[in-house]
Amino acid sequence: MKQGLTIAWLLFLASVPLWLNNLYVLHVLIMAGIFIIAAMSLNLLLGYTGQLSLGHVAFFGIGAYASSLASLGFAVHLLPDWQVSVDPKPVWFSMLCGTLIAGLCGWAIGRLSFKVRGAYFVIVTVSFAEVIRLVALNWVELTQGPMALNNIPYLRLGIPGLFELSFLRKPANYYLVLAVGVICYVVIRRLVHSRAGRAMIALRENEPLAASVGVDVTRYLVLATIVSAGMAGAAGALYAHYVRIVDPDVFLFIYTVTMVIMVVTGGKGTLAGPIVGGAIFGLLPETLRALEAPPEVQWVTYGVLMVLVVYFLPDGIVPALRNWWHGRSAVAAAPAPEQASTEAAR
Amino acid sequence: MRGKIPNMDQLLQHILNALILGGTYALLGIGLTLIFGIMRVVNFAHGELYAFGAYMMYLWVMVLGANFYLALPLAVLLGVMLGAAMELVLLRRLRGADIDTTMLVMIGAWITLQNVEQMTWSGVAKSINTPFPSSPLVLGSVSLSWNRLFVFVVALALIGATYAVINRTKLGKAMRATFQDRDTAALMGVDINWIHTATFALGSGLAAAAGALLGPVFVVVPTMGDLASLKAFAIVILGGLGSIPGATIGGFILAFMEELGAGYVSSGYRDAMGFLLIIVILLVKPTGLFAQKERIG
Amino acid sequence: MSTSQPDRELVVDGLSIRFGGLTAVESMSFHVAKGEILSLIGPNGAGKTSAFNAITGYIEPNGGTIAYRGIRLNGLKPSQIAAHGVVRTFQKTSVFMGQTAFDNVLLGLHLASRQRPLAIIFALPSVAREEKELAEEARRILAFVGLEARGALLASSLPYGELRLLEVAIALAAKPRLLLLDEPVSGMNPSETASFMQILARIRALDITVLLVEHDMKMVMGVSDRVICLNQGRIIADGPPAAIQSDREVIRAYLGERYTRAQD
Repeated sequence: MKQGLTIAWLLFLASVPLWLNNLYVLHVLIMAGIFIIAAMSLNLLLGYTGQLSLGHVAFFGIGAYASSLASLGFAVHLLPDWQVSVDPKPVWFSMLCGTLIAGLCGWAIGRLSFKVRGAYFVIVTVSFAEVIRLVALNWVELTQGPMALNNIPYLRLGIPGLFELSFLRKPANYYLVLAVGVICYVVIRRLVHSRAGRAMIALRENEPLAASVGVDVTRYLVLATIVSAGMAGAAGALYAHYVRIVDPDVFLFIYTVTMVIMVVTGGKGTLAGPIVGGAIFGLLPETLRALEAPPEVQWVTYGVLMVLVVYFLPDGIVPALRNWWHGRSAVAAAPAPEQASTEAAR
Repeated sequence: MRGKIPNMDQLLQHILNALILGGTYALLGIGLTLIFGIMRVVNFAHGELYAFGAYMMYLWVMVLGANFYLALPLAVLLGVMLGAAMELVLLRRLRGADIDTTMLVMIGAWITLQNVEQMTWSGVAKSINTPFPSSPLVLGSVSLSWNRLFVFVVALALIGATYAVINRTKLGKAMRATFQDRDTAALMGVDINWIHTATFALGSGLAAAAGALLGPVFVVVPTMGDLASLKAFAIVILGGLGSIPGATIGGFILAFMEELGAGYVSSGYRDAMGFLLIIVILLVKPTGLFAQKERIG
Repeated sequence: MSTSQPDRELVVDGLSIRFGGLTAVESMSFHVAKGEILSLIGPNGAGKTSAFNAITGYIEPNGGTIAYRGIRLNGLKPSQIAAHGVVRTFQKTSVFMGQTAFDNVLLGLHLASRQRPLAIIFALPSVAREEKELAEEARRILAFVGLEARGALLASSLPYGELRLLEVAIALAAKPRLLLLDEPVSGMNPSETASFMQILARIRALDITVLLVEHDMKMVMGVSDRVICLNQGRIIADGPPAAIQSDREVIRAYLGERYTRAQD
């Protein structure tokens, strides 16, 4: 039944561009989808390994910049007389590069920063993202700095002379984001229901005990970071080739916070949590905009909701719903044994 | 650059600027480290108290036309009150919660405060008039604005006052006892609730003071708290989480690194210095430069 | 593998552990023979748990060597030591509280599993096959400690005695050849202790060597082949249970100077 529900959901999501003829709403859905992918990737770290990484937007931005730069081509002087230039690459290849480079950065950051935990880890990750943002802002030769990378090409797939799919228009991008999202979801689901995911859960729940049964703590934290960073990078690449302009503001800390809010509200450490949270906080800004509220209202709402969720739904929406559902079915099932016992008493 | 050895003059000027800036950085750092050391709360809203101090200064001086010297203590007092209110409303019920939970709440508070500021004052940068002469004080080959000198003197006075509170008063003694061992302190009759409120209020007051002092030097914008928070983290990590002397020295070290980095490397990377410092320190000596003993994790 | 003394499973030589100025263990040397149940006893603070922590890699000793089947354990991480077959439990109840009893054992089966990340991501058939085997194995282990009916319950909802059994089940899942149990029956009632002694006998029948730290003397004397008594970081007696029970040093350590004099 659960599988049937998943398929029904997928069919529904796939049908959206067929009956929805409001392009603005479709745009909102695409952006929400990109953020949901980023939130799912953060959930692997925050929810499953229990490490609060507040630098996650760095991987998103690295993916966006790396993919854009590869597709646009660039030339930089690494030393005054040593120039490195890269010719424009096909967009699908660039997106792959963006994903891999983000994953590689995840590996490096994981290796370095898991020496420290708790508050220290959080602060290292924040610092990492800020440094990357300042590099994007100041390394003008590579990134154009605040002038932003413009005219980023959109994705085209196909066999020359036979057929070509172009991802310029919104419905095509919607399906692209949906496909990448489904792939990421499946990869995460397989991981968390495997030896690797169990190792991550074990070290979240009880690190000394996990080590005592042979879990190599660093190895699994780094694995989680690589996968998580790679997926965030893929989301960034999707963003770059959809919006087709990338500036250093993609690294703003507020976007990490948005992802954290999505994960925490939806339910960290659950597969559906980031999707539910991502849908709520992906659509909320547009709802507020439709109500003609100034943009600050959106952030104030985020801030207040974050506090309220921590107080009243500390586990998030998905676990709360699940408990409520189980509680209901337990109540529904309860009369049977009660009856049996009263009969036995007679 | 005039003078016989222009590079020397330039260096002297940078050192002077760093000293002046270091005082306010130390204020920010001490506030944050107190809150972490005693309450185990990673206070992401710290920079917002800094911004709050600056805006209160703007409110009193520019909107209500109050005297500059009167506005300063008023702004700090309001910061203390806001800090106390935040502790009572937001943190009191989370006592005993893990560090990530309180961190999330403080992030929520930070976003809320910043955007309320934005709604109240708009995003346009505000400047605050000062009673100081606009011509700088010239000392040989270096110069210094009167306003900055005032900032430095007041910051040093506040640092001194904080040390006196911590080391000389009954409250300070109770705070130190709580820092050492909360459970024992509670058994000895220390009112932990009161200590927490007082600590958060004191830390917030110091951040507000830093903002009230620097607001007139720079301009006041709603996002000014972001960098202040992150710099305060850099300072505190540099000195070791929970160490007050560490935060004091850390404030000056960060100011020196920024001044010299901006002067000799690239001004665009001025603000990156703190973060590079954090990363290097944590990877080389995670306990910070001055902490005696701090458990990681 | 050490050829000179093939029956010596674990050899601890000159182990010293200090915390700041405090000496927890002072040049301690002992060995655990293959297949035996060896108990470490001694008053609180005698250094038993510190020795455990050093053997399993949770603290770095200040001196001495620890060798398991000829392999030097000093400097290895706890997970590497576990991979050599040396697995421990903890003095304070330590399970994965947010997981079901069944999942607790499944998490413990980490070393019994061979899946690689890429195989997992591409869902190779070998992964599904292994998952089935692991689930089987987890059920077997739960049944071994008598918790087969508790599999679906959250660990946090189990009573204390069953939590301690679950700890042992998690450790057994890591396929130990040398099992270190840190006060496994502390806080258990006499009937729980008695059934734990039966489980211990069955563990031994699996050819698992056991090093035990315990305060319950009835249990120690009942199950041990050999007992080592520590006091203030030093070994004061080493022998079969009967000899330890009548050892004057041991009695003095436990009951104090006056008691021994009164006996004279």
